[in-house]
Amino acid sequence: MNPLFLPKLQDFLSGVLFCVVGAVTIAAASQHPLGTAMRMGAGYFPLFLGVLLVVFGVTVATRTMLKHLRQGQNIGDFSPARLLRTLRRIVDREAVRKIVLPAALVGVGVLAFAGLLGSVGLLGAILALVVISGAAHHEASWRELLPLGAGLAVFGVGVFVWGLGLPLPVLPT
Amino acid sequence: MELFGNLGIGFDAVLTLANLGYCFLGALLGTLIGVLPGLGPVATIAMLLPITYGLPPLSALIMLAGIYYGAQYGGSTTAILVNLPGESSSVVTCLDGYAMARQGRAGVALGVAALGSFFAGTVATMIIAAAASPLAEFALKFGPAEYFSLMLLGLVAAVVLAQGDFFKALAMVALGLVLGSVGTDVSSGEERFTFGIPELADGISFVVLSMGLFGIAEIIVNLEHSDKREVFKQKIGSLLPTRHDLKAAAKPALRGTLLGSVLGILPGGGAVLSSFTSYTLEKRLAADPSRFGKGAIEGVAGPEAANNAGAQTSFIPLLVMGLPSNAVMALMVGAMMIHGIVPGPQIMSERPTLFWGLIVSMWIGNVFLILLNMPLIGIWVRLLQVPYRLLYPIILVFCCVGIYSINNSAFDVGLALVFGLAGYLFNKLGCEPAPLLLGFVLGPMMEENLRRAMLLARGDATVFFTRPISATLLALALALILLLASPTARKTREEAFREA
Repeated sequence: MNPLFLPKLQDFLSGVLFCVVGAVTIAAASQHPLGTAMRMGAGYFPLFLGVLLVVFGVTVATRTMLKHLRQGQNIGDFSPARLLRTLRRIVDREAVRKIVLPAALVGVGVLAFAGLLGSVGLLGAILALVVISGAAHHEASWRELLPLGAGLAVFGVGVFVWGLGLPLPVLPT
Repeated sequence: MELFGNLGIGFDAVLTLANLGYCFLGALLGTLIGVLPGLGPVATIAMLLPITYGLPPLSALIMLAGIYYGAQYGGSTTAILVNLPGESSSVVTCLDGYAMARQGRAGVALGVAALGSFFAGTVATMIIAAAASPLAEFALKFGPAEYFSLMLLGLVAAVVLAQGDFFKALAMVALGLVLGSVGTDVSSGEERFTFGIPELADGISFVVLSMGLFGIAEIIVNLEHSDKREVFKQKIGSLLPTRHDLKAAAKPALRGTLLGSVLGILPGGGAVLSSFTSYTLEKRLAADPSRFGKGAIEGVAGPEAANNAGAQTSFIPLLVMGLPSNAVMALMVGAMMIHGIVPGPQIMSERPTLFWGLIVSMWIGNVFLILLNMPLIGIWVRLLQVPYRLLYPIILVFCCVGIYSINNSAFDVGLALVFGLAGYLFNKLGCEPAPLLLGFVLGPMMEENLRRAMLLARGDATVFFTRPISATLLALALALILLLASPTARKTREEAFREA
């Protein structure tokens, strides 16, 4: 892939994203009464925003394609099949290992915290968060994470529950 | 003089042991966060917001404000010592500050940065104090039409002043406005964009959104890059600048202060823009521009003064009109609302101790900062040696506990994660998240004022152009857009962001 294509790919995909979100906004806004200009209904302002989003999205995407054309490049680079192929080349196995896996671990850790706090209490939730999310770093080691998690759990209870008086459960209920 | 009477009220309010303590704590925490790269003031304030729930309103605001300007100070330490911007506003300080450090003049760079910031902070506080009363009186004349136009101008300015593609930034603002309209519509009681999820009926919490976009997303982005922070091993040297240094730094600091004070007031402006512009200006004014990037003291003094001044004067639109001009100010709105204070021109007359207390605390906070920064530099340097793999789990703990405790809601934590992943996507697509946040905060206010203005005008949209103040504001917004359309202006803007 021509490296110069990457910024264009960014712009084009953001344009598409804005269009999609705009379309969803329009669809959701039209569930509500529009009202009149004098007495606007719940749908008036959001509908307008949805239209704006689509307009901006289309502008961003077309400008990118026009730029590509002006540089004498093949407009077919923006066909869905080509785009998919380009994307697949960028998101290779190496990228999955370096990006998707860490992001997933951070996410799982955060979700574990959210899911555990109510039932297991703050100590366990912080320990789970630190150990799972902490494993996302490429230099992570259990020997460091376990004491860090335990220390932070105790520290968190001390600061948030005892110090600040937040009403959080400490131990399993 | 009325001004001194007002400042007297402020000093009376702040000079209690507790408030001085919170001011100190805020400045200390802010510096700490500023020193640590990868943790910005937005995420920090959002994280620490729950801590302030139990405090009296003035103490809470004093502490939060302290965090903000403390972060500007701390950011420069990291920039000078390890060539990493601790905050985005200290990006330009890296250039000449780090060059000075390599020449063994790290101490002088740190000293000049601290003194310049202190000077700027003092002047900016005076400007706020002097400008607040007349501006608030002026703002009392504002009706819904004027407020709507003002917010529109604010959003346009935020887009024009943002980095990167103009239309992408516009779309991000629109996206923020859409997110802002999630929840129960105030006028009709209808639930919008909740998709049947009861937790969304109250709307998306600002803390959740900002923590996701700025806290969690930044962590995922940082994890992609390996830790290549170099540890500072050289000697810091004397912190005190020589007479020669002071002479070279005085004028840039003064210009930076003025520039920062003006740019800080602009919506979307604030610290980042101020420091960039000041650097460009100093380089242009210099007799020998080639010295820049190689340890020119002007390149440290100017931007550091500018970012501190900008950080401070960005409180003006918030305190005087209730309009947040950047993401941090938006958080301050959130903090005020939690304490039952509606930001707007009426604060000054209705709650003078709060208003003037906050302003005076900014100056006192600056005194703390200079006392803090100079002797504690050794500690900050050691702090910089904490590896990121141990740092980010700590950040995550604070984020998660902070989010959960707003509503005792696990849903909010999950929602923040969704915004975190979205923020990562925006990062990959080259979309700046700051305009989105501003749109999110201003959205509900804009819609309400739009609806009220149209109702008052019986559906006649020309009201926005026939009322003189509103028309002027809209004309300014249009002028900004036209300015951006002109090729020379666009080039200057790109240059200012790139080279600086």
